[in-house]
Amino acid sequence: MRRIVLPGDFLSSNPKVAGYGTYVEGDKVYAKILGLFDETDNSIRVIPLKGKYVPSVGDTIIGIVREVSANGWTLDINSPYQAFLPMLENPETKPGKKINDVLDMGDAVIAKVVNIDPRMRVTVTMKDKTCRAIRFGRIVAINPARVPRVIGKKGSMIKLIKSELDVQIVVGQNGLIWLNGDRKKVSLAEEVIYLIEEEAHTEGLTDRVAEFVRRRKNAQT
Amino acid sequence: MLKPERLIVDGKRLDGRKADELRPIKIEADFLKRADGSCYLEMGKNKVVAAVYGPREAHPRHIQDPVKAVIRYRYNMAPFSVEERKRPGPDRRSVEISKVSKEAFEAVIMKELFPRSVIDIFVEVLQADAGSRTACINAASVALVDAGIPMKGILTSVAVAKVEGTLVLDPMKEEDNFGEADMPFAFLIRGGKIESIALLQMDGRMSKEEIKEAIKLAKKGAMEIYKLQREAIMKKFLEEEENE
Repeated sequence: MRRIVLPGDFLSSNPKVAGYGTYVEGDKVYAKILGLFDETDNSIRVIPLKGKYVPSVGDTIIGIVREVSANGWTLDINSPYQAFLPMLENPETKPGKKINDVLDMGDAVIAKVVNIDPRMRVTVTMKDKTCRAIRFGRIVAINPARVPRVIGKKGSMIKLIKSELDVQIVVGQNGLIWLNGDRKKVSLAEEVIYLIEEEAHTEGLTDRVAEFVRRRKNAQT
Repeated sequence: MLKPERLIVDGKRLDGRKADELRPIKIEADFLKRADGSCYLEMGKNKVVAAVYGPREAHPRHIQDPVKAVIRYRYNMAPFSVEERKRPGPDRRSVEISKVSKEAFEAVIMKELFPRSVIDIFVEVLQADAGSRTACINAASVALVDAGIPMKGILTSVAVAKVEGTLVLDPMKEEDNFGEADMPFAFLIRGGKIESIALLQMDGRMSKEEIKEAIKLAKKGAMEIYKLQREAIMKKFLEEEENE
């Protein structure tokens, strides 16, 4: 069982091992957030239990169009910061096509973070094979700190849901998850995601989720 | 309120406490569903609720700081929190408390991680006894941890008063009203020990020696409160595990 640490807890006296969720002051490593203490041979980190999504370059995120301007779209990405999608970063943009016919207020997109300036102005792109506008399906929102558990180790959890339930899933790093497929199955997948969110900090979660899915599937048939 | 004849009888205080004893404390983390982090705290007869929102986008835009987060702290007393109805809204006293508490938290929160954003801390006093600002800081601290906000450590706050020539920890109403001096502290606790003083105020007079003694007393009290703050957060997350 990994132990829970609080901000300011002393973790190590070797600054070289300091990882995510820690800070170093005078050769000592302390926790800076509430989370689970994870120690490996050459690194220590704190896995967050709560907190807002802070964008980082390369993240796949789901955003909702909040503003349409002459040169692009401003997206709400469930974070303290909004993201900007320039018109030319959207492959659906064509000369002669009006910008709000491409994407309008309230539309959802899957996009990728390409740049963040020091003032935390975020730029995203849709020029990637995973990116697209979302026109159908369902979006569920979870606590962004729990996203790594929904994905699982090397994508094990997400693979499990995909294969057991036969639904399409895209997990945004910002805590928004897109689901598509048969309505009953999507509803069950949604329940599974909430279950993972609820119990994110417990051990042996993948096995319990697998059992839950099987039990519910049997109940349905 | 009438002044009691004696505030300390046979080394015991009006409520039976020894000079270095705290009032009973109850802390519950994650008290409000809609807030990002929250806490309900009772410290003797004080009852306070703290809610933390953020980091979130700062509005209006002109309050944004391009290199770090802005912190807003609002200390407010409910009209029914005291015997005589308190006129609602901010007054001289609550604006001052908000300001000093905010400055105490600015030293602990890692603001530079969230440029252009704002972190809102609201603390509402439902029932006031003496030392409501210390109760509020303790509650806000737990709420900030609960919100997952990066901090150097945890703030813990306690007051020391001078009553009939003796120093007493965590004064209650009578001691605050009729004592000679009152000194609230907030300490930054890191790695299980007191690292620095983040807030210090004083009302009344104390000698140099008394201040030294007061700091010692406050540190002892703060460590006890720190343990309770820790427990409250731990309890919240361990409970979740048991509910499987």
